[in-house]
Amino acid sequence: MAASDVAVRARNVSHQFGEEGESLHVRALLDTSLDIRRGELFCLIGPSGCGKSTLLNVIGGLLTPTSGKVMVGNTDVRGPLPQEVAYVFQENALFPWSTVLENVSLGMMFQGVPRAEREPRARKSLEAVGLADFADHYPGQLSGGMRQRAALARALSLETDVLLMDEPFGALDEQTRMVLGEDLSVLLSRTNKSIVFVTHSLGEAVFLADRVAVFSARPGTIKDIIAIDEPHPRKPSFMTSEKFTALRNQLFGLLHEEIRKAMADSTASERGAGGKGGGAKPS
Amino acid sequence: MKARRKRDKNWVASRAVQVSFVILLLGLWYLGTTRWRISPILLPNPVAVWHELKDVLSTGEYIPDLRITLTELAIAFSISSTTGITLGYLISRSRYSIRVFEPLLAGIYSVPIILFLPLYILFFGLGPASKIALGATISFFPIVLNTIAGFGYVDRIFILSARSMGASDYQLFRWVLLPAAFPVILTGLRIGFTIALLSILGSETIASLAGLGHRIVHLAEGMDTARMFAYIAFAVAIALFLNTVTSMLEARARQR
Repeated sequence: MAASDVAVRARNVSHQFGEEGESLHVRALLDTSLDIRRGELFCLIGPSGCGKSTLLNVIGGLLTPTSGKVMVGNTDVRGPLPQEVAYVFQENALFPWSTVLENVSLGMMFQGVPRAEREPRARKSLEAVGLADFADHYPGQLSGGMRQRAALARALSLETDVLLMDEPFGALDEQTRMVLGEDLSVLLSRTNKSIVFVTHSLGEAVFLADRVAVFSARPGTIKDIIAIDEPHPRKPSFMTSEKFTALRNQLFGLLHEEIRKAMADSTASERGAGGKGGGAKPS
Repeated sequence: MKARRKRDKNWVASRAVQVSFVILLLGLWYLGTTRWRISPILLPNPVAVWHELKDVLSTGEYIPDLRITLTELAIAFSISSTTGITLGYLISRSRYSIRVFEPLLAGIYSVPIILFLPLYILFFGLGPASKIALGATISFFPIVLNTIAGFGYVDRIFILSARSMGASDYQLFRWVLLPAAFPVILTGLRIGFTIALLSILGSETIASLAGLGHRIVHLAEGMDTARMFAYIAFAVAIALFLNTVTSMLEARARQR
């Protein structure tokens, strides 16, 4: 693959929380390498605590890995890269004291967009996610699904090449996630962004992703990568097709083993060391 | 609509009970001084108190005392709010200093600081300085504690997301930390203001040269009970007014 086709390049990334011998010591990520192509939606899936969010935070520059390196485009990641990478967090990363419109505009202000451009761009991205009529609402007045749309609008307005999404629909109910997933597929097929998407849901991974990386149990590393060869935007009928079911089952097979391993592992260490220390959240 | 009318009805009913309670107390007071012949030195007639109050207000006799009390309050509150907010912010900057200082300050806050009044008078004299020092000390604690709570426990996700979008230190403070902490700090300021007023009036009644509290004790010692009651009513009205204003300011600032 030519270097210009790669949006994110991770090389031998390892990360541990705490020092060896401490009760909070967790080896979250082990020697993981990864290339994310320009314009693809790349899903990370795996058992809880396998290091998928750790990898995402390393790519986003929110976490400095213990070893290894990550490049976004041609830039070494040494901290947040607001011009290149935008984030959608799991939930409630909107500022509750600002309206939806102010939230989106604040993001652009932090990024350094000139004042005059902010409001039109904010309104445009709110329209894109279907929240044009809710610009003056406060996050507390919106449903969970609408809040995540607003968070997505904030990330889109930053017009970065790379978008990182950490279980963005994790806290929503099944129906809402389904609709948001469909809308996301339509929306993103127009933008040509490179997206890294962490999820627990097999269905979500197959429906949204171009490629899915399955993580092994802790210390996490990529066990296998499965390509989902289906053009975007994907239709709801894809979800009921045989191809979808086959891919989903393939993922399930890969994942099931790891989840068992992860659970056996955590009960063993709980018995052994009196709990693995709930303080650090290595997932 | 119906629910709303029902709520209004409840509101009217509870207000009616509150008003009749006050009227009942006033009625008992009146009966006590007339029918049951309680000595006017212990309990003056409410009508006499009313006349005294009118006299106090019309002659402007209250002005020097009120000015002293309010000046003491203003200075004490400016000292405690600036030091409280500054120190609270500095302490909130690190987990370690929060762990060290928060329990310490909370511990001192639970000490009845008014007990140190004799010491303050020894240090600062009988004049306004000792009242200012006491008011500032007492109101410092709720302000500093609420400032620590406001700045120290901002949800990490807000800070992370602002940083990920490229917020500078100043932007993080101005657009994330400050608005997140503001309502909590405001509550601290309101509590601080209220107890500063209480402690200043209280210490004026114990040892002082002037001020509303001093005037009240002076009248009590002169057995001029009716006028003393008039001054108490006046001080209560001032305190009520100030507390209503601060509560309104707080409610307005919280509104969004």
